[in-house]
Amino acid sequence: MKLDSYQTESFYDELFLADGSPRNDFKSLVDRINSLPPGDLIRRQRAAERNLMHMGITFNVYGDDAGEERILPFDLIPRLVTAKEWAWIERGLQQRIRALNLFLDDIYYGQRIVKDGIIPEELILSAKGFRKECVGLAPPRGVWCHVTGTDLVRDGDGQVYVLEDNLRVPSGVSYVLQNRAVLKRTFPRVFQGLGVRPVSDYPGRLLAMLKDVAPDTSGPPQVAVLTPGQFNSAYFEHSFLAQQMGVELVEGRDLTVEDDTVFMRTTAGLERVHVIYRRIDDDFLDPTVFRADSMLGVPGLMEAYRRDRVTLVNAPGTGIADDKVIYAYVPKMIRYYLGEDAIIPNVPTYLCWDKQQMEHVLDHIESMVVKPANESGGYGMLIGPHASAREHEEFRQRIRSDGRNYIAQATLSLSRVPTLIEDHLEGRHVDLRPFILYGRNVYVLPGGLTRVALRKGSLVVNSSQGGGSKDTWVIAAESGVEATSGGPAS
Amino acid sequence: MVNAMLSRVAESIYWMSRYIERAENMARIVDVNEHLMLDLPPGLPAQWAPLVAITGDEAAFKKRYSDADQDEVSWFLTFDAANPNSILSSLRAARENARSIREILSSAIWAEINEAYHYVEHLAQTRAAPHHAFLRNVIRASHSVEGATTATLSHAEAYHFSRIGRLTERADQTTRFVDIRYFMLLPSPDEVGSPTDDLHWTAVLQSASALEMYRQRHGMVQMQATVEFLLVDPDFPRSVRNCVSRANESLHAITGTRSGTYRNAAERRLGKLAAELDYTSIEEVIIEGLHEFLDSIQAKLNECGTALRESFFAPQLTTRANAARIAIE
Repeated sequence: MKLDSYQTESFYDELFLADGSPRNDFKSLVDRINSLPPGDLIRRQRAAERNLMHMGITFNVYGDDAGEERILPFDLIPRLVTAKEWAWIERGLQQRIRALNLFLDDIYYGQRIVKDGIIPEELILSAKGFRKECVGLAPPRGVWCHVTGTDLVRDGDGQVYVLEDNLRVPSGVSYVLQNRAVLKRTFPRVFQGLGVRPVSDYPGRLLAMLKDVAPDTSGPPQVAVLTPGQFNSAYFEHSFLAQQMGVELVEGRDLTVEDDTVFMRTTAGLERVHVIYRRIDDDFLDPTVFRADSMLGVPGLMEAYRRDRVTLVNAPGTGIADDKVIYAYVPKMIRYYLGEDAIIPNVPTYLCWDKQQMEHVLDHIESMVVKPANESGGYGMLIGPHASAREHEEFRQRIRSDGRNYIAQATLSLSRVPTLIEDHLEGRHVDLRPFILYGRNVYVLPGGLTRVALRKGSLVVNSSQGGGSKDTWVIAAESGVEATSGGPAS
Repeated sequence: MVNAMLSRVAESIYWMSRYIERAENMARIVDVNEHLMLDLPPGLPAQWAPLVAITGDEAAFKKRYSDADQDEVSWFLTFDAANPNSILSSLRAARENARSIREILSSAIWAEINEAYHYVEHLAQTRAAPHHAFLRNVIRASHSVEGATTATLSHAEAYHFSRIGRLTERADQTTRFVDIRYFMLLPSPDEVGSPTDDLHWTAVLQSASALEMYRQRHGMVQMQATVEFLLVDPDFPRSVRNCVSRANESLHAITGTRSGTYRNAAERRLGKLAAELDYTSIEEVIIEGLHEFLDSIQAKLNECGTALRESFFAPQLTTRANAARIAIE
């Protein structure tokens, strides 16, 4: 396999410079790939796929009766991040998570940021993720967003932006760990000596965080992972994290609330649970408070939470910050709460609830990406340059009738990484989802999930729409000195 | 981890093991009948309908099949996704159960089950007739799962529920192997005890992988000794008595109740059945009717299943009083 014939085609390539030579820090990886015998890469790729299938590392596709399960397509060529850039990303994410958490704490207690005129009240009240049931609550340590999976993208000029924050129940971290495990197994030689920072301590850190935010208990806190069940698309991850942490994986029907205390039903009777890492949406948590038709939740859970008898991770109500209109205000939040400028910028965003900005979007829709404020998974969005005139018109109408619910951004030219396509390497667009834990302090897992749009020219990296993933290698700093992670929580 | 396990998880590992064992026994039945039919004297018609009869799925079979010949019956028992007890369905159910409790299994167990399912599912799609190597592979896969379970799952509560599931299923299936004779059409009464009859019991022993062990104990194959070996031999691991008595041990390992006593319905039912088998005389059973006796054992095994559910999988909710007690502890 030779990378000599690889073309960057005027895109920003994570591995190569525009003149086709490898980026300095990554030269040794390129050399190793070049030195593999012909056909070797493909053989290893197939072996990796078989490995994932045999281990049942699969996800469920909604609305697909026949296939039901697939492996998340995995590409062998890793995405690399230099020590220097990572240190910058890490600082930027820590800053952003702190500000977002202060925002959540403020929104549900006092709303100073509204009173001070930074964010209009109507935007808060009209946000789908705003939970009036959470007003006045104070979760342990003041932490609301314990687990975050922030999406980062790099534009053609090399600038990295935050695309989305994902503060509700972000998934994908299990693939980070599994991709690394599979790559180590199928590519051991290539791995050695490059100084890739390990990711395998994530489950341990997750467990420590969960215990850190437990309500006051006399004994050691009991932690459980709450899943909607095995037909959920992220079920593998729920099960994997519970297994790796050595805690129970529970469904709603395994739990019961008695005297505002949460218990699991076991073969020896009821056992108290103190911390629930819940992987179900707010809507389904408790049918007596949120959606009454929820079969997945636990009646009485919210009351137990309100009375500090159990900690829910993430806290209910974090979804407000996932609203893409609120997202646009994050740089202002950082300034307001921390008195700092945002380290990692937002993608410049137009808010269609503002008349002037809406007009701009309507006039330039062919060149923009339009997104609904409250969808995830890449659904319901329009990529202007790839859409037809009819689709443009359709979105214009939607925007006119419901401006609050739409934002638009200039179409970025996402960076690319060499990807094995049939028998050779081609550039494919990627994003990056690092995972951040917030308990006693803010911890950023070095690397994260690199998602790759496998279809030629596509910018959509979501697994439900033809996306795959790659391992992400953060190269350790030469001196062995790494940027410190975190500081005291506020 | 808590000492006790989630009721739902306990039930799932119990069923996971039952379904693996069921798949194994379906493979045994089909495999052995194939051999038996080849050994029949000329003129005697091949008999496949009895296989359907002993699984208790006759009605479902008749609805969708007409011939009850080798092709139809073996398809029904192996690859038919609409038959809930076929090898394919059993492995699918085992895997679904395993998938719902992956967090408590070792990855070795999960990998064995997952690979077995994919293997069978792939063959079912090619619509190839189930061949001997396939049936052996299903049996081997079941052994691999059992081996991985014994070798890599902590011998604590989950292990014991798994063992109870496997052993009660095996006990039930063994009674069905013994009962197959009852459903075979024989030309005249003197067939009983004839060379054809011996061939039949040899095949039954083979179906339980019991021929070698039987010969060590009884030598010549004959009806009464075979029935005795498969039902009440204390040492043979597929005999009904051995299965029930080891399942009973596991049950007591879970609860810590002293052997020979009981504290819940499951312990009482399983203990009672184990005691009955300890003191069963096969001579009397044959005089009073083997088929009826086997039916009653199957019914009692079902009652044990129901009792396990009541005692462990879906117990009456331990409510306020107990919750308060636990909260205080």
